Amino acid sequence: MHLEHFPLGLIPLLPLLGAVYAGFFGARLQRRWREPVIYWPAIVLPWASFVITVVAVAKLAGAGHHTALYHRAWSWLSVGSLQVDVAFQMDRLSAVMALVVTLVGSLIHVYSRGYMKDDPGFWRFFSNMNLFMFAMLVLVLADNFLLMFVGWEGVGLCSYLLIGFWYRETKNAVAGMKAFIVNRIGDYGFSLGLFLLFWGLFLAPVVTTGDPGDRLAAPGGPHAAPAVDAAEPGAPAAADTGIHGGAPLTSVTFREVQTIVEDPARRDGILGQRVLGAGLITVVCLLFFLGAAGKSAQIPLYVWLPDAMAGPTPVSALIHAATMVTAGVYLVARLHFLFAASAAAMTVVATVGALTALFAATIGLFQYDIKKVLAYSTVSQLGFMFLAAGVGAYWVAIFHLMTHAFFKACLFLGSGSVILGCHHEQDMRKMGGLRKLMPITAVTYALAACAIAGFPFFSGFFSKDEILWKAFDSGNLLLPGKGIALWALAAAAALCTSFYMFRSYFLTFTGTYRGGQDAGHGHGHGHAPHESPRSMTVVLVVLAALAVGGGWIGLPILWGLPNRFEQWLEPAFAGSHHLIESAHRGHGAEWGLMALSVAIAIAGWFAARWLFRDGKNPIPARLLASSRPAVRGVYRTVFNKYYVDEFYGRVFVRGTRQLSELLARVDRDVVDGLVNLWGSVGRVVSDVQGMIDAHVVDGAVNAIGAGSVRLGRSLRRLQTGRIQSYVFGLTTGFVILVVIGYLLA
Amino acid sequence: MSIGLGHFVAVSALLFSLGLFCLITRRNAVAILMGIELILNAALLNLAAFSRYLHGQPDGQIFAVFGIVLAAAEAVVALAIVLQLYRAFRTVDTAETTELKG
Repeated sequence: MHLEHFPLGLIPLLPLLGAVYAGFFGARLQRRWREPVIYWPAIVLPWASFVITVVAVAKLAGAGHHTALYHRAWSWLSVGSLQVDVAFQMDRLSAVMALVVTLVGSLIHVYSRGYMKDDPGFWRFFSNMNLFMFAMLVLVLADNFLLMFVGWEGVGLCSYLLIGFWYRETKNAVAGMKAFIVNRIGDYGFSLGLFLLFWGLFLAPVVTTGDPGDRLAAPGGPHAAPAVDAAEPGAPAAADTGIHGGAPLTSVTFREVQTIVEDPARRDGILGQRVLGAGLITVVCLLFFLGAAGKSAQIPLYVWLPDAMAGPTPVSALIHAATMVTAGVYLVARLHFLFAASAAAMTVVATVGALTALFAATIGLFQYDIKKVLAYSTVSQLGFMFLAAGVGAYWVAIFHLMTHAFFKACLFLGSGSVILGCHHEQDMRKMGGLRKLMPITAVTYALAACAIAGFPFFSGFFSKDEILWKAFDSGNLLLPGKGIALWALAAAAALCTSFYMFRSYFLTFTGTYRGGQDAGHGHGHGHAPHESPRSMTVVLVVLAALAVGGGWIGLPILWGLPNRFEQWLEPAFAGSHHLIESAHRGHGAEWGLMALSVAIAIAGWFAARWLFRDGKNPIPARLLASSRPAVRGVYRTVFNKYYVDEFYGRVFVRGTRQLSELLARVDRDVVDGLVNLWGSVGRVVSDVQGMIDAHVVDGAVNAIGAGSVRLGRSLRRLQTGRIQSYVFGLTTGFVILVVIGYLLA
Repeated sequence: MSIGLGHFVAVSALLFSLGLFCLITRRNAVAILMGIELILNAALLNLAAFSRYLHGQPDGQIFAVFGIVLAAAEAVVALAIVLQLYRAFRTVDTAETTELKG
């Protein structure tokens, strides 16, 4: 790959400056000069990033197919054979991502100015939003795994901060924590995958299959131990290869990893390596996919995203619909050369994607909170993207990622406009008839809903139809019937999508206004809803235009039209192209599927129109009121999101808690008991010693002292001070001595 | 029977014993002084007697004359001390002239 220099570091740097400005000085400046001093820099800097991105993309487009822009900021880590730089690279994949992130992000910043008006945390909001832009751009533009992980964690942090933005309500803070913890499980997978990949590529003994002589000697020699043995750490073969001593320098850049994986001399060796009984690459891919599933809210880690709607609506639009949650899809696309090498991993990705698409879509059918509908819709659409990535149609996944960013951002911002207009009411049962009161919002919402439902010529049609076709046509899934089962799941999900989107539209915008009846509920409810300010509606119009027309850069080849998007991304995924097989179902099937998906979209729209238009059809109400256990059971199960949260709460949360209580009890009773026992033994010993000290040692000392005193007292009586008695004693003694001497002589 | 060395020594021993007894038993400072004089004279008597009977030379007797002179000087000094003692304590009883005994 040919690298050309371009100051890419500026793209994430500018939002970072904005975040620092608003974060460190915002509170004081806002008090002094009100909100403009916050929002102008916070809005202008992302736009500046967007302009730089456009310039970079223009330069990239002018260069050769396999060119990437590159900017090495500084050297970051140098540990052993590992050399990591803070370096940015923009290939054609990153270019798409950076464009989407900067464009949608900047638009949402503009929108936020109106939405967050008069919020005391205005500066905090914009600081976090800019910080998010920084982290997301680092993630997208990172040149190596480690720097990408920095962005990966950074967006998670910003997500947490912004979900709990209104942290005074416990519910919001809890939602933020839930998102963070669930993401952490995914991050664990990401880091384990990275470690394993690093070990497998750079540290594990190489199984040399490139040398024919070596291969001939394979059955006997120590070098040519079977891959299973050689891959095990500490196996005897490891000492012989000498890789650990003279390991070559590595920087874990995507380029380098791809080169190694695609190197014909090493490829077979790497693919042959096994870990825990499975192929190394498969395990690595599954771990990375766990990270992607956490970030992108896929089964089983999707539970945080619906709760994340506790954050302000622009946050939901930017982070939890358009950009951050697509990071998992980007990760899979970025590692296409790894995933494509493991059919098992690809099958898992595609299956999880398809299941999530349908599962979340069915939950979306019964939600009443307008943002919850969109949240489950996002989970479902992300499932579509993973389905595309799983069947090897990486460019389609990115294409849907882009169109989804447009129409879902438009839908979320439209719902934000509705929520603001209805005085922070999110329940669609209390809306209705808003089309006349909020015409711009209604039209843009309808257009975006058409796009997501897949009406012909809207952007969602091209991307979703392509996904369905690629799933149907996939040839390398390890499932019976190849991709047909997944296609069926996805088609059902598409039907649900069309239905619940138009259900939300009809409930919200048609009929009569149902809010404001409970006037005593709060002072705000009495007023009629109103259209949002210009700064918000302009953004809605721009996004609606993108939602309608954004798909035209990826027109189906089937129609004989140029698919610019596929051509653009083709070099980025060229490395895995030969690994993806097609089932060759033929053009006739493709036409048929296209017609079918149009029919699905229209059927969903028609059903929703029949049931919910103007709120006149009595069937929904009658169904809800039905006491038939079958109806009630299904409704309640789906409405309560299949009780997955309760299941997780009971199994994982309570399980963890019980485990911790058990451990606490062990701690208290066993460990503390041992410690206490040892302590009391020490006390008894020291008591005995104390007694010995007090009675024996001190007794001896005291006895000597007291004896001296007593002796002195008795001897004192001899010393009268009278010389005559001394003389008497002297004389007596002398006489005695003389007598003794006389007697002895 | 002629008077010989044994008589002198016996007188001297008697004199010494009387002096010692006086020194031990009396509490009057002057009496103690007198006892000391008796002991001194017993010693001088011995000097003179042994010089005369055993040695045959007069140096012991001369030594005794010196001793008598010294005894006179000593008596002067001692009496002066006793006089001062009396002035200070209004008594010469050695049992009562104590200041250090606690």
